[in-house]
Amino acid sequence: MSRFLPRALLAPAVVTLFAWMIVPLVMTIYFALIHYNLNQPGEHGFAGLENFRYFITDPDFWPSVLQTIELLGWVIVITVVLGVGMALLINDPFPGQGIVRVLLISPFFVMPTVNALLWKHMMMNPIYGVLGKVWTFFGATPIDWMTDFPLMSVIIILSWQWLPFACLIFITSLQSLDREQMEAARMDGANALHQFWYLTLPHLGRSIAVVVMIEMIFLMSVFAEIFTTTSGGPGNESTNLAFLIYKQALMNFDVGVASAGALFAVVLANIAAVFLIRMVGKNLD
Amino acid sequence: MKLKTAFAFGLSVIAAASAQAADLVIATVNNGHMIEMQKHTKEFEAANPGITLKWVTLEEGTLRQRVTTDIATKGGQFDVMTIGLYEAPIWSKKGWLTAIKTDAAYDVDDILPAIRGGLSYEGKLYAAPFYGESSMTMYREDLVKAKGLTMPSNPTWAQMADIVAKIHDPAKGVYGLCLRGKPGWGDNMAFLTTMVNAYGGQWFDMAWKPQIDTKPWHDAITQYVDLMKKYGPPGASANSFNENLALFNEGKCGVWIDATIAASFISDPKQSKVADKVAFVAAPTAVTNKGANWLWSWNLAIPVSSKQPEAAQKFITWATSKDYINLIAKSGGWASVPTGTRKSTYANAEFQKVAKFATQEKKAIDSANPNDSTLPKSPYVGVQYAAIPEFQAIGLAVGQQMSAALSGKVTVDQALKTSQTAAAREMTKGGYYKK
Amino acid sequence: MAKKAAFPYVRTFFAWFLSLLIFFPLFWLGITAFKTEGQAIAGHLTFSPTLESFVEVQARSDYLHYAKNSLITSVVSTVLGLLIAAPAAYSMAFFRTHRTRDILMWMLSTKMMPAVGALMPIYVMAQTTGMLDSLPALIIVFTLSNLPIMVWMLYSAFKEVPNDILEAVRLDGATVWDEFRHAILPLTMGGIASTGLLCLVLAWNEAFWSLTLTSAGAGTLAALIAQYSSPEGLFWAKLSAASLLAIAPIIVFGWFSQKQLVQGLTFGAVK
Repeated sequence: MSRFLPRALLAPAVVTLFAWMIVPLVMTIYFALIHYNLNQPGEHGFAGLENFRYFITDPDFWPSVLQTIELLGWVIVITVVLGVGMALLINDPFPGQGIVRVLLISPFFVMPTVNALLWKHMMMNPIYGVLGKVWTFFGATPIDWMTDFPLMSVIIILSWQWLPFACLIFITSLQSLDREQMEAARMDGANALHQFWYLTLPHLGRSIAVVVMIEMIFLMSVFAEIFTTTSGGPGNESTNLAFLIYKQALMNFDVGVASAGALFAVVLANIAAVFLIRMVGKNLD
Repeated sequence: MKLKTAFAFGLSVIAAASAQAADLVIATVNNGHMIEMQKHTKEFEAANPGITLKWVTLEEGTLRQRVTTDIATKGGQFDVMTIGLYEAPIWSKKGWLTAIKTDAAYDVDDILPAIRGGLSYEGKLYAAPFYGESSMTMYREDLVKAKGLTMPSNPTWAQMADIVAKIHDPAKGVYGLCLRGKPGWGDNMAFLTTMVNAYGGQWFDMAWKPQIDTKPWHDAITQYVDLMKKYGPPGASANSFNENLALFNEGKCGVWIDATIAASFISDPKQSKVADKVAFVAAPTAVTNKGANWLWSWNLAIPVSSKQPEAAQKFITWATSKDYINLIAKSGGWASVPTGTRKSTYANAEFQKVAKFATQEKKAIDSANPNDSTLPKSPYVGVQYAAIPEFQAIGLAVGQQMSAALSGKVTVDQALKTSQTAAAREMTKGGYYKK
Repeated sequence: MAKKAAFPYVRTFFAWFLSLLIFFPLFWLGITAFKTEGQAIAGHLTFSPTLESFVEVQARSDYLHYAKNSLITSVVSTVLGLLIAAPAAYSMAFFRTHRTRDILMWMLSTKMMPAVGALMPIYVMAQTTGMLDSLPALIIVFTLSNLPIMVWMLYSAFKEVPNDILEAVRLDGATVWDEFRHAILPLTMGGIASTGLLCLVLAWNEAFWSLTLTSAGAGTLAALIAQYSSPEGLFWAKLSAASLLAIAPIIVFGWFSQKQLVQGLTFGAVK
């Protein structure tokens, strides 16, 4: 009984996920090893490592790997730091707390493509965007976000989109913070900083780990935002691995190379996961 | 679940050879004219009892991907597909499309020859156009006149550079020249290809070797980057059609060279602040006028995997007929009819009255020949693209480099070199020639 | 930084200021929905509102049809996901083994393949099983895509339950189900609610598979939105209107579930 129950509870999730993972994975590996271009259906000869070689010899390959990591790193740092900050700010009750909570999580409700279009045109356009107008109001020349800081623009858009997610998880986690312990610490003379560092932050450790890992998974394969705003440019400055797969393979309808690219992305994601688990993983237990 | 039953039902009905009840699934692009067509679904269904229209409207890139996946895997998800002038030659050659059957009333000779040629294969029409466009120069007549200048009706790039420099006035919020900059084979490269054509260049020579690091490309792109840096709006390297449209409507552009459909928007007082101040001339030329303005059309085609080919034929011939154009004219006025397809539209007096750009647009379309758009002979079809499957990826890669050159991140020569390498890689992989 | 309770006004001010700042782009989207296309580009704060964009959206597309599909796929996939994920998270949180962390990582790894790369396999799978353009296909894809997220978040929520409470309940001789219902559920309601809400939103906004696997029948609100980013022609006011219509049900969900978030009881009270 003591062994059976936990396994039975775990079984449905594990079985379904396994099936969900294994079939596309096997198919992807198969496609990566053959010539498969939708424009030439019926020609499925064995290609060996040719697709992989083609994908990795693209001059944009290493820049896109670096940019994928850069994007990931920045968005995670921004959302976690700001997320913890905002969650702490609104943790104790104050007038309008409920409304503020909804306001804070609302950017997450908007569809990513709409988000991207919203930021690109309404916010960041140097001539008729809101940010441009604010800059001009203060007498400065508006920043040309998409041209001069393409990757940073995408990072800003993604951070804005994912901040609510982080906030929500931290808000929930803070609810179970032990108030008695905090009171006791305060009476012992701990100031706000001490309370935060020695009590709050460790308590939040697990939820920070959850946020970091989940965001990593999603941000690794970010595509829609880049496609809608910069199309990976100028040059390859805002190309990430997912966009490279799209450009290399989907535009050509070359399923073989796309599958090879996808496998590279899986490898990169695994490496990032191992690295991040080393950093935040002990908090999971 | 309901759809599967409907499909099964539809199949069995057709099998009984009585093709009466039919669900037509139409994949289309989300531009204005197609949206308009959806609003007239009831009229079609009333005239053709038994056929119901089901629309799937998508953004261009997604549409292209969906229909290509469907047609290549013989999915049969769509009965009518909206395809561009780019796919039509490729797919008809592969035998993926069913020929369009036309009768005398349809008057297939009325279709503009440049477009009809691009949609035919071995003499048969494989897709029917419902909207066509070319490119031309649109400019602010008031600004040009104010400086005591006149815009020639067939300007050269040298003349254009001169005019643009003089009307450029950022202090008053007017940028001399607005052009596309966003990377994409149908975005900035559509325009840049015509510019390269005008400077006597081409994408590939007769041996299919890319020609990007040659003098015509160098001259054209240098001119582009130079003019845009000096007289273009900030943010140009991310601007596409809509951004430039927004700028022009707000009166921020002096000259804009882009799709002829833009003319209808910028002359519409409801959205344009400068509606009464615009005039139109041909797109600029340089060494030649071949290929200096592009040719594009959105067309309706029937995949061979469609399960309702008869109903599809009926729909397509309805949607691209003279009667349909009259229908739109009656319901929305002649200014809103889909143009660029039939000679009869342009010959119509009512249309000419409301569409001041009509003459220039027709001239532009007639002068564009996808089979002969470059000064040196080319092995490919297409004015602002090459109708080969590899072109999309090549176009995007080159577009990204051009955008980088425009934003000053790389020099023009570096951009051209990188583009040449990228193109050569694709062409070698595609098997056009050995390395 | 935690601000001392002695300065509630400063905190309230900052809380409101920052959240309004974060909300601002959405506010902008909201007012753009009530503008004409020309006004949308001009970008002023003051303008005379019009409903013409909403009218156009209504005339153009069958909002209710798409909303219904979105509702069905999102809600069913979230509920189904919770039903599968909760037991798994429970098992890993309270019956921990040395394999637990590996299993968690493996579950997350099932999401490592970018959707762009897995396009063909999934499409072919859907095609061969005849499930293209069907709601069940979308439900399956959404459930399985969100399952790892749900397991992780629920695991995190369950781990927050302090051990002394669990032991106290177990000493009383409760069954697993009782233990869950009376001790764990009330304490983790906030975590479960936020998991449900987030995964509902993820499914609601999912556009890639929604567009790839459907055509005329099973399109969701993502298909509605896809109609508005026209390649040639201004569309921002219409897109804003369509987006508002697409977000509206979610905002309602959000409002109700944020009340659930507050239900984490302080542990002094429980003891």
